[in-house]
Amino acid sequence: MTNRQKTKMKTWAILLFFIVLLLWGISIKETGIAPHFDQQNLSPNFNHLFGTDWLGRDMLNRTIKGLSFSMFVGIIASSLSAIMALLIGTAAALLPRWVDDICNWLIDLVMGIPHLILLILISFALGRGVLGVTAGIALTHWPSLARIIRAEVLQLRQEDYLHIARHLGKSNYYLLQKHILPHILPQFLTGLILLFPHAILHEAAITFLGFGLSPETPAIGIILSESMRYLSSGYWYLAFFPGFTLLTVVYLFDRLGHFLQNLYDPYHAQD
Amino acid sequence: MLLEVENLSISFRRYENKAQQILLPVVCNLSFSLDYGQIMSVVGASGSGKTILLQAILGILPQEAIVQGNIIFQGQTLTPKQQRQLCGKKIAYIPQSVQFLDPLMRIEHQVCQGKRDTTNKKRQEQIFSFLGLPPATGRLFPHQISGGMARKVLIACALMSNADLYLVDEPTPGLEESIVQDFLQTCRAIADQGKSILLISHDIGSILPFSDKVAFFYAGSILEIANQADFTANGQNLRHPFSKALYQALPQNNFTPIPGHAPYSGKLPNGCPFAPRCPKFDDCCQQEPPFLDWRNGKVACFHAT
Amino acid sequence: MIKSHRFLRQFIRFITLLIATCAIAFLLMEASPIDPVQSYIGAGVAVSPEQREQISAYWGLDQSPIERFYTWGNHLLHGDFGDSLIYRRPVLQVIGEKFTNSFCLMLAAWLGAGLIGLFLGCLMGLYENRWPDKILKTISYLFASTPAFWLGLLLLLFFAVYLELFPIGFSAPIGVAAADITWGQRLYHLFLPALTLSLTSFANIALHTREKLIAIYHSDFILFAKARGESNKSIFFRHGLRNILLPAISLQFASFSELFGGSVLAETVFSYPGLGQAAVNAGLRGDIPLLLGITLFSVIFVFCGNLMADILYGWADPRTKEASK
Repeated sequence: MTNRQKTKMKTWAILLFFIVLLLWGISIKETGIAPHFDQQNLSPNFNHLFGTDWLGRDMLNRTIKGLSFSMFVGIIASSLSAIMALLIGTAAALLPRWVDDICNWLIDLVMGIPHLILLILISFALGRGVLGVTAGIALTHWPSLARIIRAEVLQLRQEDYLHIARHLGKSNYYLLQKHILPHILPQFLTGLILLFPHAILHEAAITFLGFGLSPETPAIGIILSESMRYLSSGYWYLAFFPGFTLLTVVYLFDRLGHFLQNLYDPYHAQD
Repeated sequence: MLLEVENLSISFRRYENKAQQILLPVVCNLSFSLDYGQIMSVVGASGSGKTILLQAILGILPQEAIVQGNIIFQGQTLTPKQQRQLCGKKIAYIPQSVQFLDPLMRIEHQVCQGKRDTTNKKRQEQIFSFLGLPPATGRLFPHQISGGMARKVLIACALMSNADLYLVDEPTPGLEESIVQDFLQTCRAIADQGKSILLISHDIGSILPFSDKVAFFYAGSILEIANQADFTANGQNLRHPFSKALYQALPQNNFTPIPGHAPYSGKLPNGCPFAPRCPKFDDCCQQEPPFLDWRNGKVACFHAT
Repeated sequence: MIKSHRFLRQFIRFITLLIATCAIAFLLMEASPIDPVQSYIGAGVAVSPEQREQISAYWGLDQSPIERFYTWGNHLLHGDFGDSLIYRRPVLQVIGEKFTNSFCLMLAAWLGAGLIGLFLGCLMGLYENRWPDKILKTISYLFASTPAFWLGLLLLLFFAVYLELFPIGFSAPIGVAAADITWGQRLYHLFLPALTLSLTSFANIALHTREKLIAIYHSDFILFAKARGESNKSIFFRHGLRNILLPAISLQFASFSELFGGSVLAETVFSYPGLGQAAVNAGLRGDIPLLLGITLFSVIFVFCGNLMADILYGWADPRTKEASK
């Protein structure tokens, strides 16, 4: 089997894993995470692989539910962010010079404020909750991808065939649709997927700090911030397993992005 | 003899589809020798494996290279460990371009290899004036000097070692004719002090006047070793059909190209590597021709003249 | 000449960014549904409408947003950041005090991440594509994917709760007067948060160093050094390390933004009374002046890091030095 085939296999395996995780999360009903006061604070056992919390809720179900919810928020936020990056990046590269200046200035502006502080500000402004978190992540994560796309389109613009097409009287829209977008699509998609690990990590972080979702939502950040209260009681599994699954998802998504980069991005094809 | 190379073969390990290991021969069965005070040039097309030959003598080939055969230096068969000890002391390498200098280090530190005591400093100054480099060059960074100066700095690096054998890689490309002449004259001057130089080039025309012997290198093999005196009578005194054709291909001679292409090192023909392009090709060329002494030189051809 | 010009331009750019940050932060605060009067009084405390108006007038909340922005900006220019609602002290004083704590933490973590990253990066580069490289690369990617607060929790669980080797939190033992705290005690309390922050941020520098070192080891000047009989040690220290050190340091300076973000999380987990914790408290309890102050401070902090990175990068490479002259 060649390396390329192996990478393809791994990519499909990871995608399958995520689909299963999402479906599992959706399939868990309210009853799955309902309190059972006869089963409080159980260590991990055969019935409750991740143990139960102080309300007797099954931690495995809560973790999966929370994770699929976090992934959902992460996917929406990073997609929005990537679309913003695409718009701003191509606008900066194709429109007149002053637009480029403004875009660069905007990129510097967002990159100049630490992500977490800006996230706190935005979710504060939008009054905490799903909307605040999603908007916050979408608004903070676009600059790095926008920079990549801008550089790519700027380079494309120098290509001879685009000059020729322009001289043939093709409109900007035509050039964009036929020549530029197809070229930056691989980078856009891998960029989008590589945004996701950051998005979900920041989502968990901001929720953990208490800015994100309400305490009833089964989000990973909330589970972890709750577990903090039981640290000294020795309920290590309350923190360990949910965080570990989060780590797994983030790591696998990061790998997925790199695999796709290897497969479809000619600049990374060698590694 | 200063340097003798016996049956040197170099191949590269390549992995195809991860599991299959294939060997890519780059240099096959080379033998030649070099005496004190001589300049020997190895000429051949770019990409025929000449630089690999130099690196094999220095022992700095990448790990995936497999070297067979003997390299005998001053009567001693070299082991990799000895090569490491001799490199930079008895054997010096003069590479092609400024790329071989550390971009972040001042030239004087590179020439002296970090040991700038009074003796080294003095020696460096002497070498700089011998090469015609202004003393201030030492304070510069590699990106601040011209290509010709860079070449001289590289020679200075080699001269610092006071080696007996100098291995010179492609002295001609990208440089002005006068600088090339200058460089080759310097080489001649070094050789006249009793040192030996192995010079590698694809530009026969420039290096010929300065060489004592010329080895014709084709697809990883030496086909002929000729003396300078053989380059007369329109190349008819050369022994191998390839060397004759190469001589005819020079612009100052007939500019007649050799038909066909040099083989890719993965697909070398059986027997004589030049056979598919050779005007004198016949059935016996399917076997590997022996490397024989022939009229004061050496040749590997069944149809040598 | 051109160099000073470049810095002037960068400075002007920075000023515009700072003003824009102020405006955006102010607008975001304006848009917030959280009532500043209520957050001043404290949740759940009932006040009469008259009192409410009095408080509004006292804080200038009855004016239009533009007027308030003007007043706020004017005060900022005079060095007055206002008073923090939760600490009941001038914002600058709070920031100054908290930053001293955060600074120790961030410095320790910055050095830790830099050293770990550089060391592992060199190791990976030297063992390119052999097993030590593969293992360390996976470890780097894993740590890059680790949530900082979770790692903090685990370290806390293991070292503080289970082994009882380190304190559970805070920057000093409880009940000791500020003047009596020794440096030993400070470092002891600093260790776990700094370790958390180092471990979650070394991957970037390690992977960068790896790539760079591999590129250098494949370059011609290393081949030449080998041909000149330099020992492996000398090649690494004289050529390898020399060529990667300053770029690595400048990259580390450019990561101030992530460092600040990470310190917010680490400080929350370890109840470490630094700037990050103050920012979280300010955000959660609606302390607008403090939140604005910290935002501005963090922007300046990040800018300083980027500026240092820029200067170092120019200094590291004689080629760019030449170009900027």
